[in-house]
Amino acid sequence: MNLDLSSYADLMTALAPELVLTAAGLGVLLLVAWRHRTVADLRAAGAATLAGLGAAAVTTWWLWWNGAHAVGIPAMIAADDFRFVSDWLLLGTAALTVLVSFHYLEREHLLAPEYYVLVLFATLGMMLMAGGEDLIVVFLGLELMSVCVYVLAGINRHSAPAAEAALKYFLLGAFASGFLLYGIALVYGATATTNLTLIGVQIRTLSLQSNAMLLIGLGLLLVGFGFKVAAVPFHMWAPDVYDGSPTPVTGYMATAVKAAAFAALFRVLGEAFGSVPAWQHVVWWLAIATMVGGNLIALAQRTVKRMLAYSSIAHAGYLLVAVATGTSLGAAAFLFYLVAYTLMTLAAFALHVLIDDLAGLAQQRPWLAFALAICMLSLLGFPVTAGFIGKWYILVAATAAHEPALATVLVLTSVVSAGYYLPVIMAMYMKPEPFAQAHVGMQLGRLGGAVVALSVAGLLFFGVRPNRLLDLARTSAAALMPPPAAAPGVAAPGPTIPGH
Amino acid sequence: MLTALIAWPALAALLLLLVPTRWAKHVALAASLAEFAIALPLWWTFVPAGGMQFQLDVPWIPAWGIRYAVGVDGISLFLVLLTTFLVPLSVLGSYSYITTRERGFYALMLLLTAGMLGVFVSLDLFLFYVMWEVMLIPMYFIIGVWGGENRLYAAIKFFVYTFFGSLLMLVAILALVYLTAQRTGVISFSYAYLMTNPGALGPVAFWLFGAFFLAFAIKVPMFPFHTWLPDAHVEAPTAGSVLLAGILLKMGTYGFLRFAVPFFPQVALHPAVQTAIVVLALVGIIYGGLVAMVQPDFKKLIAYSSVAHLGFVMLGIWALTLQSVQGALLVMINHGISTGALFFLAGMLYERRHSRMIAAFGGIARVVPLLAAVLTLVSLSSIGLPATNGFVGEFLILLGAFRTYPVAATIAAGGVIVAAMYLLPALQRVIYNPLDKPENERLPDLTPRELAVLLPLVACIVWIGVYPKPILRRTEPAALQFIQSVRASAAAMTAGR
Repeated sequence: MNLDLSSYADLMTALAPELVLTAAGLGVLLLVAWRHRTVADLRAAGAATLAGLGAAAVTTWWLWWNGAHAVGIPAMIAADDFRFVSDWLLLGTAALTVLVSFHYLEREHLLAPEYYVLVLFATLGMMLMAGGEDLIVVFLGLELMSVCVYVLAGINRHSAPAAEAALKYFLLGAFASGFLLYGIALVYGATATTNLTLIGVQIRTLSLQSNAMLLIGLGLLLVGFGFKVAAVPFHMWAPDVYDGSPTPVTGYMATAVKAAAFAALFRVLGEAFGSVPAWQHVVWWLAIATMVGGNLIALAQRTVKRMLAYSSIAHAGYLLVAVATGTSLGAAAFLFYLVAYTLMTLAAFALHVLIDDLAGLAQQRPWLAFALAICMLSLLGFPVTAGFIGKWYILVAATAAHEPALATVLVLTSVVSAGYYLPVIMAMYMKPEPFAQAHVGMQLGRLGGAVVALSVAGLLFFGVRPNRLLDLARTSAAALMPPPAAAPGVAAPGPTIPGH
Repeated sequence: MLTALIAWPALAALLLLLVPTRWAKHVALAASLAEFAIALPLWWTFVPAGGMQFQLDVPWIPAWGIRYAVGVDGISLFLVLLTTFLVPLSVLGSYSYITTRERGFYALMLLLTAGMLGVFVSLDLFLFYVMWEVMLIPMYFIIGVWGGENRLYAAIKFFVYTFFGSLLMLVAILALVYLTAQRTGVISFSYAYLMTNPGALGPVAFWLFGAFFLAFAIKVPMFPFHTWLPDAHVEAPTAGSVLLAGILLKMGTYGFLRFAVPFFPQVALHPAVQTAIVVLALVGIIYGGLVAMVQPDFKKLIAYSSVAHLGFVMLGIWALTLQSVQGALLVMINHGISTGALFFLAGMLYERRHSRMIAAFGGIARVVPLLAAVLTLVSLSSIGLPATNGFVGEFLILLGAFRTYPVAATIAAGGVIVAAMYLLPALQRVIYNPLDKPENERLPDLTPRELAVLLPLVACIVWIGVYPKPILRRTEPAALQFIQSVRASAAAMTAGR
């Protein structure tokens, strides 16, 4: 399906998933305006949210199935497989978060159905980020997402840490947005356009590779994105915010927010700045610093939630390795890793919702302990889990791009990460319970249990049979980045999409 | 057939989770005996001169050139047989030792079996790496859940050491495959493909060899990388120690024989590398023996003796003569049998006295004559007394190594004396000397179950000691081929340079 985005009808078709999601968001907003008093209302809002997310996912699938891609003059929104796959991931993450939240909101007596509205609009913002073909669209998406997540972080008004988290996130997030916007302004100043494709064309035709204004703008863009993905040294906000926020929101922030920011980063760097080698050096150092910093600080954490927060920083470092390669192989590795990372992190946070003290969990609740153990092993990158295949894919990309140093640092920091993932397993399996019946009252809820079971099953399945997902990641990534020059024989790049 | 060897224990481990706890050990024993029955026909159907056999090769992840490829040759055949032989004995030996969470323990034992066999039969580097890591988890749990007082520390040390080495190996595997692909244009992790297309790697080969070396040297363990071993051995339950010493350590030497040396012959035969490794092997032999001499803890003594024995194996591999390589293979088997038996005996003593200290015993030959007799025989085999298996292997290594490294072989021969110096006094303090402790006066002798564990091992000790030919006949072509291919490709690469 060729979409000429300069025509109104085709633009609407290309935007169909976002439009569906907007309609769903407005619908749920109306619903909760009327009915927000009982637990049943809360459930109804949640169910409506799931329906909206599902409808958007089906619309995305429809576009993907028909092979939608943009032709003609560059527009503000992309229509390629990378966008569709990212959208699925974001919608899926949102759906899993909603499923976990059902039980959490009721248990914490958070009778706030607008929670779901915020999730919907945040997801909408993320989809715009992942699909934005224009710096302005990316920025608008980022702001929409950020504002919703600021509120989500502080949705529990009775909790002081949540308020602190929300305020901290808001202040530092505003800072990051400022950097980003200033960067956009400078890039516009250098190239006279905000469209990503046109920026790329301008840089090549005008030879702006070492233009100071462009480079400063690029640097500010990287700082802005670095804040959002919590890359060291822009990570300071992350642990406190992750620690203070409601746990399902933390899971959502650690996965979806990060995924959206990374997807946008990939698109911006690949399409607009593909011919500027400078960013690769910056991202290279960011990746090293994030891997080393995240893993080392995670070692010193005493609570599981903070440990997971720093571990998510460490994983951002691994993803930055995929970015730093600057190849389509890297983009494919990034997509695959993101799926694995989302599954394991969401499941880990979902389990953490109810587990306060892990000691001796395995005797009382063998299945819960097993699920959490699989998540930890997957986060560690252990074979037979999707986390290993993802890490392996990033290593493949780094090796093919002749970055042995990145690959080596990645594996060495992975060894360090054993120092904080294994104690979780040790506490569950090798330590006695603090007192008898310590873990009896815990209820994950039927939906939460389903989420965890689904995630763990996915982790194990993709750990053994990753083939289909690999193919999907590869074809989608080929839309974004040039095929690698130095990787002979690594399966031919997928069908290139005209218009890019 | 080989696939059944990997799949059956994994399947049995799942089944085990469904049966009632009180049946768990019997089901596990039956499953592991069935596993041995599957493996045993290999002994007769294996054709010594047939190279790689019983192969199966199907695509796994075609996008990356990864295949599920398995097969055995003369090098891996006996490690497969040894594994399947030791596992039922370990299960039987754990009957009274393991009293908590039995189902989990036996399920992990079977899972470990699947991983160990997977390592020995993999002919695809990706599959090999996966199996190499997979067996890490069951062992980690076996040490960490059912181990001694200091088990958490030992378990995490074991895990982190191995994980560190193996991840570096992972990068090296990737780099090797990609450097090969750059010349040939085909990405393949297949062992056969990488062997037939040796890369012109240049100086990178040193780094790659270094990564492989680290992974395998930690596992062996060679001298400066051995510190995880005493902790893991001492804290692990009996069956864990037996499999750790009997099988897991062999993975390191197997890795050298199968991967590190054949892939990078020009590095392995580089004079500086050769000297360094031979020196480390010698240090392992002498240092392991000397440290074993002063151990008050019987299990720790056996652990350090493993360092010494594996030093012999490394010397045999690097001497690159037919006798020494065959001797190395034989010592790998012997060490599994003798040290396995020693760990069983240490476990049996521990169950009787709840102490691993040598000083806690003394004069028990009068109380438990049967146990004392078996312990004596096994200790003598570990020292390398003629007519036991230990003698044949170490003698072959010394004989072969003398032609390449006369000085090193002479020093290593001193290691045999050191072995007598640490094991015989320990033996004397445990079973002879006066019976001066009242607790030791009523120790029960070996039960029929314990005899059933020990007798097969004792039979093997005597059989290999007297008539090792059936084994040597089956390993000879593989050892010869190993030596020739390494020498030939090293020569070709040196000439090409």
